[in-house]
Amino acid sequence: MGTPELDPMRPIRILVAKPGLDGHDRGAKVLARAFRDAGFEVVYTGLFQTPEMIANAALQEDVDVVGLSILSGAHMSLFPSIMEELRKVGRDDALVVAGGTIPEDDIPLVLEMGIAAVFGPGTTLNTAIDFVREHAPVRMDTA
Amino acid sequence: MNHNRSRASLSADVLQGDIRAIARLLTRVENDDEVGRAALEILFPNSGSAHTIGVTGPPGGGKSTLVNELIRDYRASGNRIAVIAIDPSSPLTGGATLGDRIRMTEWHADPNVFIRSMASRRFGGGLAQNTQAVTTVLDAAGFDPIVIETVGTGQDEVAIAQLALTTLLVQTPGMGDSVQTLKAGALEIGDIVVVAKADRPESNELARDLRRLQTLTFSGTSAAVGWQAPVIKTSAVNREGIDKLVMAIADHRQWLETSGELATRRRQIAATQLAARIQHDLMDQILQPTRHSMFATMVDEILARAITPQRASQLLLALLAHERIRNA
Repeated sequence: MGTPELDPMRPIRILVAKPGLDGHDRGAKVLARAFRDAGFEVVYTGLFQTPEMIANAALQEDVDVVGLSILSGAHMSLFPSIMEELRKVGRDDALVVAGGTIPEDDIPLVLEMGIAAVFGPGTTLNTAIDFVREHAPVRMDTA
Repeated sequence: MNHNRSRASLSADVLQGDIRAIARLLTRVENDDEVGRAALEILFPNSGSAHTIGVTGPPGGGKSTLVNELIRDYRASGNRIAVIAIDPSSPLTGGATLGDRIRMTEWHADPNVFIRSMASRRFGGGLAQNTQAVTTVLDAAGFDPIVIETVGTGQDEVAIAQLALTTLLVQTPGMGDSVQTLKAGALEIGDIVVVAKADRPESNELARDLRRLQTLTFSGTSAAVGWQAPVIKTSAVNREGIDKLVMAIADHRQWLETSGELATRRRQIAATQLAARIQHDLMDQILQPTRHSMFATMVDEILARAITPQRASQLLLALLAHERIRNA
């Protein structure tokens, strides 16, 4: 049983994934930890995630948000495939945000792909957390 | 495929095995909201046939890696398998890092493997609040077996044995001497004891100590009704022992059926679930906005040492009963 006097809102579920072939997962780990400490439920899938793996995890885990950390410079080819795979499995309703080393010039192109925000170097963790908290989608179903 | 089914029925799609509907409904059921509860009413009669396998043991003990190997074996036999992997929620923020899935990413292209991470949401006992309901949905969706991996546990988290039909207790070498194997608690709930990381030194000694313990079982435990928990050494690195483990799980299921223990366990599970639900619903009623101040007052009184928690609880329950009579 939890602490009954603190009845928190249902946590937002976020997938933190690190696509691509480089081994730099420090950014992803920092993000996972920061979101956890902000009260999110973070599904952490770690390094070397293909677009198919990310889409399948987003599908099965039914996350509200997909957070991508990328430092390899391959975002212009990886992001469109990730968005395409998410569409294929019907999870293009998730909020997708990206962080890492994405050059200024590429940001408008990345946003055009349907990625809601890009958090470059120097972004505070709170900026990212507040953005996600504010924009996480509310979804409706019937039994 | 139609993905705009916000108006369509989740439960009908779950029965068809639609992965997106299953995943979506699991969220609703985990949150115990109205949509989730209504769907459970529909799905419950379609559940109950899957074998449920609990996997419990210390953090970092190799549970997720072992589950990944189990997936491999069950897939080779053609089973559709689901995994519920539970990790702890923060007692401070309610947040959680769900990191079991990372050991099981190789199945991403296999539609017959469904893996779902759950945060414990401070439920305790190594499980999450609505684990049983999540199992029901996966069962109704046709997954069999369903593997439930607990939070990393210590000596006293035994709730999994009141939920799964077969419980695997995972132990790893290097965690203490043979006195540890004499202790009560978690060590007693394994229907099968797994010595994971058997490629490591000291695994033979651990397996020996655990086997000695099993042969010393006295009355009152499951050995008394004819099942002696086997101790099986596995190594995911060398892919050893998994076939033996899967065979032992099948043997245990067979024994449950022939001994009549299956009916006994199912009854225990149902009773435990009902009791947990009553506890939950009672708390829910006591914390309704109209009564919440009473609860807070009682907490104040306990702090002032004016009333014991025992007496305060009795008073709150009496208040509930009284309100019910008045409203009847």
